Amino acid sequence: MRLAISIITLWAALTGAALGEESAEAIGDSERGAKMFKKCKSCHQLGDGAKHKIGPHLNGIFFRPAATFDDFKYSKGMYAAREAGLVWDIDGLSRFIEDPRGTVPGTKMSFHGLPKEKDRFDLLAFLRIYSDNPQNIPEAAPTAIKVEVELSPEILAIVGDPDYGEYLATECTTCHQSSGDFDGIPGIVGWPNEDFVIAMHAYKLKKRDHPVMQMMAGRLADDEIAALAAYFGNLN
Amino acid sequence: MTLNRRNFLGAGAAVAASLSAPMVLGAGKPRVVVIGGGAGGATAARYIAKGSKGAIDVTLVEPSRTYYTCFFSNLYIGGFRELSSIAHSYGKLASDYGINVVHDWAIGIDRDAKTVSLAGGAKLPYDRLVLSPGIDFVDGAVPGWDVSSQNKMPHAYKAGSQTELLKAQVEAMPEGGTFAMVAPPNPFRCPPGPYERVSMIAHVLKEKNPTAKIIVADPKPKFSKMGLFQEGWANHYDGMIDWIGQDFGGDVVEVNADEMTVSIDGEVTKVDACNVIPAMKAGKICEMASITEGNWAPVIGHTMQSRIDENIHVLGDACAQGDMPKSGFSANSQAKVAAMAIRGALTGSKVFPAKFSNTCWSLIDTDDGVKVGATYEATDEKIAKVDGFISQTGESGDLRKQTFEESVGWYAGITSDMFG
Ligand SMILES: Cc1cc2nc3c(=O)[nH]c(=O)nc-3n(C[C@H](O)[C@H](O)[C@H](O)COP(=O)(O)OP(=O)(O)OC[C@H]3O[C@@H](n4cnc5c(N)ncnc54)[C@H](O)[C@@H]3O)c2cc1C
Repeated sequence: MRLAISIITLWAALTGAALGEESAEAIGDSERGAKMFKKCKSCHQLGDGAKHKIGPHLNGIFFRPAATFDDFKYSKGMYAAREAGLVWDIDGLSRFIEDPRGTVPGTKMSFHGLPKEKDRFDLLAFLRIYSDNPQNIPEAAPTAIKVEVELSPEILAIVGDPDYGEYLATECTTCHQSSGDFDGIPGIVGWPNEDFVIAMHAYKLKKRDHPVMQMMAGRLADDEIAALAAYFGNLN
Repeated sequence: MTLNRRNFLGAGAAVAASLSAPMVLGAGKPRVVVIGGGAGGATAARYIAKGSKGAIDVTLVEPSRTYYTCFFSNLYIGGFRELSSIAHSYGKLASDYGINVVHDWAIGIDRDAKTVSLAGGAKLPYDRLVLSPGIDFVDGAVPGWDVSSQNKMPHAYKAGSQTELLKAQVEAMPEGGTFAMVAPPNPFRCPPGPYERVSMIAHVLKEKNPTAKIIVADPKPKFSKMGLFQEGWANHYDGMIDWIGQDFGGDVVEVNADEMTVSIDGEVTKVDACNVIPAMKAGKICEMASITEGNWAPVIGHTMQSRIDENIHVLGDACAQGDMPKSGFSANSQAKVAAMAIRGALTGSKVFPAKFSNTCWSLIDTDDGVKVGATYEATDEKIAKVDGFISQTGESGDLRKQTFEESVGWYAGITSDMFG
């Protein structure tokens, strides 16, 4: 019922009828969704200046077919889903967010899913704000997205030693599968170098709160983090 | 790397050969024999073979064709996993990594000749030997119990048929019956293991046999994650579990498997199922190689080499591993340090300072997971703890659920890290 209504509202929105916040509310609580988006933020950017990171940016996602950015490398599973006709309408998004791996087997999205419909719809209500008004989003504008940790250019410029990275990585692969598969612990292969470095420093500085990762990153020197970023970044 | 390898092998022809995988046997390639295809041995074999890309000849000796992980075997007892989901085979180690997997027992090690004898009669020469045979039990550790009693009072501390047996016995308990566990003294494999098991058995009984009782006789005054387990037991299984520590005579125990009785500090109780986990020592092959001191094999943390024989590396439960707990995670971590050191010694590949880590997750009840972990480094004296953390009492249900889900991810990770 609710799904049908929201699709109609969205349709109205896209065809130029009844725009704005109000129609977004019909899907769910976008403010709550904004809070929930924190779970997504470590991989997906949204809004002014959003770029592809570990995952593709999510501006204007509604009604876009799956896996359609040429400048982003999706999982094989996601390309297959596109072939099969998956489109990011409310139903497609909701099914995917409910159970990412069940909906798109082989997806690299390291997320268990949101089993509660209300959670999904609140999140989609928030995402939709950035699809309702795509003309307001200068996709190529300089980044307005806050970085998690400010790192000096020197740290970001360190070129990691891949041999050292290969050894150090053996500590990671006890939990993070080298295939990049997600079974409860995030995949970490093929990330953009900078995202990897920033994530590790965020743990090291205890700005991300996972005790195991804080401990593991806590004893890595800057060049060791760079070595790991280089190694995992180049893995398949 | 190639340069170093050339130096080591001394001949251009050998270099060319070593780079073209898969290799023909022999031809002067360095040989590594790994005894035991568990958390330590399988990982070491895989990393040596993977890293050396055919330049080292790796043989893995393991009697079983199927390895049942002890990790998550408690979850099988609790009904959270199928037995088949903790069973692994060695197929990929052979097919994808070119490891020579020999299903046999090692029955002797000639350290001077550098050979391993197998029960089937073969003799395997080695340049480096890796021993990761896990644990055996100390004879006479629990009066009244020996391996001939293990069908009536299973230990289930090597996973597989013993685990199945224990699960069946718990499920067959009469209504309101009594289950007893005799817990082991330190040090032993998987410090939180017995208490996770108690939790899983309580979970089964709560559903099927809610008036049943659990008695734990423990020779120790305290145990791993004690506060977390006790909180969980009070929350989920109130009044079902009676833990009798050393202060209350938990160390004065005798069992009688024919009568199915357990005597704790002189008080005899008739029980319906009983899990005896005796004191442990390094797998027997270590004793046979005369590389133990007391119950365990001392090692140099930097390389995991035996302190008694530098051509032997000892991994996992069998070694005296300083501050590290005896866990699958630890064994896997040590295996990578050893693999690096062995490749360095045999092919001249780069060697880096040893880093170790461990995290042990335990499940207390549905979606109630907890964890403890630490990082370690090698000092000349031992493997020393650097930093650590532990779950807190009173954590939210969401966090506990996340912790459990993480453990499922870890299981997938470590088993693919071991078996490819
Ligand atoms: C109930 C329980 C729960 C556990 N839970 C966890 C957990 O959650 N997390 C964790 O990290 N650890 C856990 N552990 C601990 C973990 O299982 C061990 O620490 C780990 O298996 C040790 O690895 P290993 O290589 O030393 O020995 P093992 O994994 O036991 O491997 C030894 C292998 O050597 C073989 N072998 C022995 N002798 C010979 C011989 N003479 N010749 C040839 N082969 C031989 C054996 O067949 C065996 O396959 C648990 C243990 C138990 C009992």
